Amino acid sequence: MATKLNTIEIDDVSLTFPTSDGPVQALSGVSLDIVKGEFVSFIGPSGCGKTTLLRAIADLEAPTSGAIRVNGMSPQEARLKRAYGYVFQAPALYPWRTVASNIALPLEIMGVGKAERRNRVERGLELVNLKGFGAKFPWQLSGGMQQRASIARALSFDPELLLMDEPFGALDEIVRDMLNQQLLQLWDKTGKTVLFVTHSIPEAVFLYTRIVVMSPRPGRIHEVIDCRFPRNRTLDIRETPEFLDVAHRVRLGLRAGHSYDV
Amino acid sequence: MKAARDLLPPLVFGAAVLLIWEGVVRLAGVPSVILPAPSAIGERFVHSIPTLSADFLQTIRGVLAGYLIGNATGLLVAILIDRSPFLQRGLLPLGNLVSALPIIGVAPIMVMWFGFDWPSKAAVVVVMTFFPMLVNAAAGLRSAGSMERDLMRTYGAGYGQTLRKLRLPSALPFVFNALKINTTLSLIGAIVAEFFGTPTVGMGFRISTEVGHLSIDMVWATIVVAAVTGSLFYAIVALVERRATFWHASYRAK
Repeated sequence: MATKLNTIEIDDVSLTFPTSDGPVQALSGVSLDIVKGEFVSFIGPSGCGKTTLLRAIADLEAPTSGAIRVNGMSPQEARLKRAYGYVFQAPALYPWRTVASNIALPLEIMGVGKAERRNRVERGLELVNLKGFGAKFPWQLSGGMQQRASIARALSFDPELLLMDEPFGALDEIVRDMLNQQLLQLWDKTGKTVLFVTHSIPEAVFLYTRIVVMSPRPGRIHEVIDCRFPRNRTLDIRETPEFLDVAHRVRLGLRAGHSYDV
Repeated sequence: MKAARDLLPPLVFGAAVLLIWEGVVRLAGVPSVILPAPSAIGERFVHSIPTLSADFLQTIRGVLAGYLIGNATGLLVAILIDRSPFLQRGLLPLGNLVSALPIIGVAPIMVMWFGFDWPSKAAVVVVMTFFPMLVNAAAGLRSAGSMERDLMRTYGAGYGQTLRKLRLPSALPFVFNALKINTTLSLIGAIVAEFFGTPTVGMGFRISTEVGHLSIDMVWATIVVAAVTGSLFYAIVALVERRATFWHASYRAK
């Protein structure tokens, strides 16, 4: 086969939420194909539908019209086949479970045996640099460590697809820089397909093979920017003219998509 | 060491109250029918230990049986109505109605249904404890956050798994609230129910008959047993709660 393998196909998807003030169109005519192994950043102001799009891919919302295919399946089939790991805006670790047993939670649900669970939890802790913290409870860790644990949890069952919804939004910039770098190394090491929602321009530009710039009311794709940076980039690239150029293009895109209601 | 330091203030205050009580009763010559001195109550207590312990054993049976059945059915029904909106609409108002029934009306009926012995007291306790558990557990089952639920969904977890691994644990603080409220409710329920017919033993029976004989010191001795029992019951449940919900924000060890 000469064609590239699409992990996700989004075809003319619209999604309308009924609210007490009448229907709100969260997504309007969104189409996008994502190739296996890509790191796609979604950026846009609040209300642009970036989170809704991610949730629709994860079968947490149902599109009003249009179709989504994940690994060639419907989102629901993909969810039931555990095709993706989802990282939320907050760690959402269960406080009555230790860090290790939080990471083991999806494995327990999927019926993975005890010995194998312990193995994978160990590997997961190592992957996110939390070795030795498995016996702690989530509330004994810092916010950054908690979010890392939640990434280990999402990766514990080794899904090919990682959906991340502003995972570092609540963290300070120093921690965020560090986690961005670690996430990039993780992506490089594991070859997973990552969809990453953010509202931070530097984060979007640093972490991507493509940036999808979205605009609000109704939520739609404004522009898609391709990447020229190597996979194993470091934080230093943020000082380069190319980086600033892409950041500038994103900023212009955000402004253009936004201009009519400023 | 720390436990001793925590216990000291209430002990000192309690002793002070008893001393003042004793002094006032003696100096003012209060008749023992109105208020017996603590020393008189203590003496009566010591001499009546066999009677008091027989009363205690009789009443606690009804309390514990009713407490277990009432809480268990409350929790079970909470899980059922949580599953089905139809049951929720039907059962919740009914539970509300049952909880509003006056205990002095319910108790004689239960005695007619279940006889003079402790099962009728247990039945009264069931009626009293069922609703607090139902309401609290139902609220607890709804308390899990939407993100935590979405998480279970992304794992393709079924209803049972979500219930066991997320919703029941997050309901636990609510369930323990009901368990604590119900300790005192069940004791009150069982004692009051004994006013309406009982074999000639039990704390409620003792209070009602000794009041009739004007032996108020015996009434006080029974009150002491009831107060200590209630406090201990509550303390045990609170201790289990601390163990079981150590992760809750109100207990977290730093």
